[in-house]
Amino acid sequence: MTTAPADTAFQIQEPLWKIRLRIAWKGLKQNWALFTENKIGLVGLGIILFFGLMALAHPILMHTVWEPNIYDPFIGNDPTILRHPSPPSPRHLLGTDPVGRDVLSQLMYSTQSEFILGLLAAVVTVTIATSVGAISAYFGGALDAFFMRLADLINILPFIALLVVLTAFFDFGMIELALLIGVLSGFGGTTIIFKAQALTIKVKPYIEAAKVAGGSDLHIIFRHIVPNLMPLAFLNMMFTVTGAIFSEAALSFFGLLNLRMSWGIMINTTQAAGYLLGGWKYWYLIVPPGLAITLLCSAFYLVGRALDEVVNPRLRRR
Amino acid sequence: MLKYIANRLLQIIVTLFIFFALTYFILDAQPGDITLQYVNNPKFTKEQREALRRRLGLDKPAYVRFFQWMGNTLRGDLGESYQYRKPVMDVLLERAPRTIFLFLTATLIEFFVGYWLGRVLAWQRGTGLEYGITVVGAFFYTVFTPWFALMMIYLFGFTLKWFPIGKFLDVNLWRTAPKGLTANDIFVNLLLTMTILGAALVVVYYLTRRMNPYRASLIRWSALIGGAAITVGFWASSPVAKYAGDILYHMALPIIVLTLINFSGTMLLTRTTMLETLREDYIMAARAKGLPERVVRDKHAARNAVLPVFTSLIISLPFILGGGIITETVFSWEGLGLTLLTASTTGDIPLVMGSFLFIGTLALLAHLVADIAYAFLDPRIRYA
Repeated sequence: MTTAPADTAFQIQEPLWKIRLRIAWKGLKQNWALFTENKIGLVGLGIILFFGLMALAHPILMHTVWEPNIYDPFIGNDPTILRHPSPPSPRHLLGTDPVGRDVLSQLMYSTQSEFILGLLAAVVTVTIATSVGAISAYFGGALDAFFMRLADLINILPFIALLVVLTAFFDFGMIELALLIGVLSGFGGTTIIFKAQALTIKVKPYIEAAKVAGGSDLHIIFRHIVPNLMPLAFLNMMFTVTGAIFSEAALSFFGLLNLRMSWGIMINTTQAAGYLLGGWKYWYLIVPPGLAITLLCSAFYLVGRALDEVVNPRLRRR
Repeated sequence: MLKYIANRLLQIIVTLFIFFALTYFILDAQPGDITLQYVNNPKFTKEQREALRRRLGLDKPAYVRFFQWMGNTLRGDLGESYQYRKPVMDVLLERAPRTIFLFLTATLIEFFVGYWLGRVLAWQRGTGLEYGITVVGAFFYTVFTPWFALMMIYLFGFTLKWFPIGKFLDVNLWRTAPKGLTANDIFVNLLLTMTILGAALVVVYYLTRRMNPYRASLIRWSALIGGAAITVGFWASSPVAKYAGDILYHMALPIIVLTLINFSGTMLLTRTTMLETLREDYIMAARAKGLPERVVRDKHAARNAVLPVFTSLIISLPFILGGGIITETVFSWEGLGLTLLTASTTGDIPLVMGSFLFIGTLALLAHLVADIAYAFLDPRIRYA
């Protein structure tokens, strides 16, 4: 493939990987142009970048400006302040929580784990959903019925009861939670969407051509169907991130998760200490984590919306 | 078609069996059981606890209890709740009307608002209005529900005092209520009125289907306004008007919150399907005929875009029974969702299984109904 026959008039000078790279780059540029047409996606991307910087800034600040035993998100305490929670001050830009820990430090520390949670859950979901969706669309029949009923089953499964049980058995951290959300949504609702898409790909002429050329089932599924599911997969990842962050926050809020620190835990701490309905006087305990959850979730959602128009030509403006 | 339905029903039965087995063993695997509720009581000895466990059958292995539960359920006996010492059926029948009435009303309002806004959104493509509504919609769609609901309660219930905080009735008012009148009577009757009104409107819609569009819409609007007026008049003149009004007043804030949280899902779905429909040839044909934009939008595009929205409505209906656990907790609305949460954390297995029996069966049937309804609404879809 890399060496063209010598007698052809037209000879390819460049190595193949360079050509492939150029084509990929060109496609990326086109898609970026389509993406930027939609201002909504840029707003979402901006918010995500902002949170990304926050996550990166936390370890740097901890090593330089912030004194570790005052600003530590778990065990920090400021001895110069007598009464906690204390309102925002130059020392603590968002105040301190009921136990005397810095709210801004907690917020920034949690950002890292929210990103890890969201992205890991999304990757797991999409990997499972793409393969299962492609396989059940391609083979159909009993296999298809099995996976679809499995999806139904997971959709009606009591997620909260399941988590209560699992938290009792295992030490449940962010990674385990991300894997669980990924597996459940991968075999659950997301598969149904991917299967529907894979069904429309399965009837395309190039699949027939691949079959005639003697391609094996696995070759057709992973070389022809799955690559065509990729745009949808990328889009769905955005929505899964939103769902994962939201689930973590809701479960932590009810005190059902055994995590060390997260935005949901911050709200839960506030509620457990009885400051939740204390009025605007304690806004710095509830507004920052609540707003952070909402903003990051909607940012990923908005990016997903904008990607939808890149992926689905029927949604584009004429 | 019949073969397809029969096949799906068979699959539903198998799925339900696996679902019940799974949930039963998950619940059973939870650490501790209901008898540990009394562990802090010094008068409750270890022997008494063992006796209680034997009486509840908790000493038998889980699979024996599961098949016993399954057999009893098939005979129509859901057992007795450990917490309430009442048949599970009674507890569920007591809690269901509140949840259904609240969430059904909220869902209907939310779908109506979402569909209407989504239609506008698709038509205002690329304008500032579209960006504004989408950003606001995405904010509400992804807002952290407990946080948002608490903020709303704080603002409207506590600071402005427009709406009452929590629960669904005012205890002081109900103390003077006539003997024998319970909140559930009101809920059941309100639901009944809503069903009758809804059925009447559907009948009117079908009777006027083949009429001249202008006359049909006149008749439909007058039926809607007349029906609503008769209902309100009937309830206002009844002796329990004060109490029904109290319940509705308590319902207002939860409904506002639920609508704000959920409308944007429908709105964004309508917008997407509408934009896809606009690419169809028949839209171009309608425009080429010189039809006014409003007619193209309402009669040609929206009618076809409503299909996925309608499906999502049917699929979301069974979750009305489950209720929003979050919403019910925040508003202390003692419906099915809150019952399910407390029952599953205290180990009240019969009550949890009873709730899941309703929710699971309805969810799977709704999925089937949605698939069949789709085939009827869209003649292009055929099931082999």
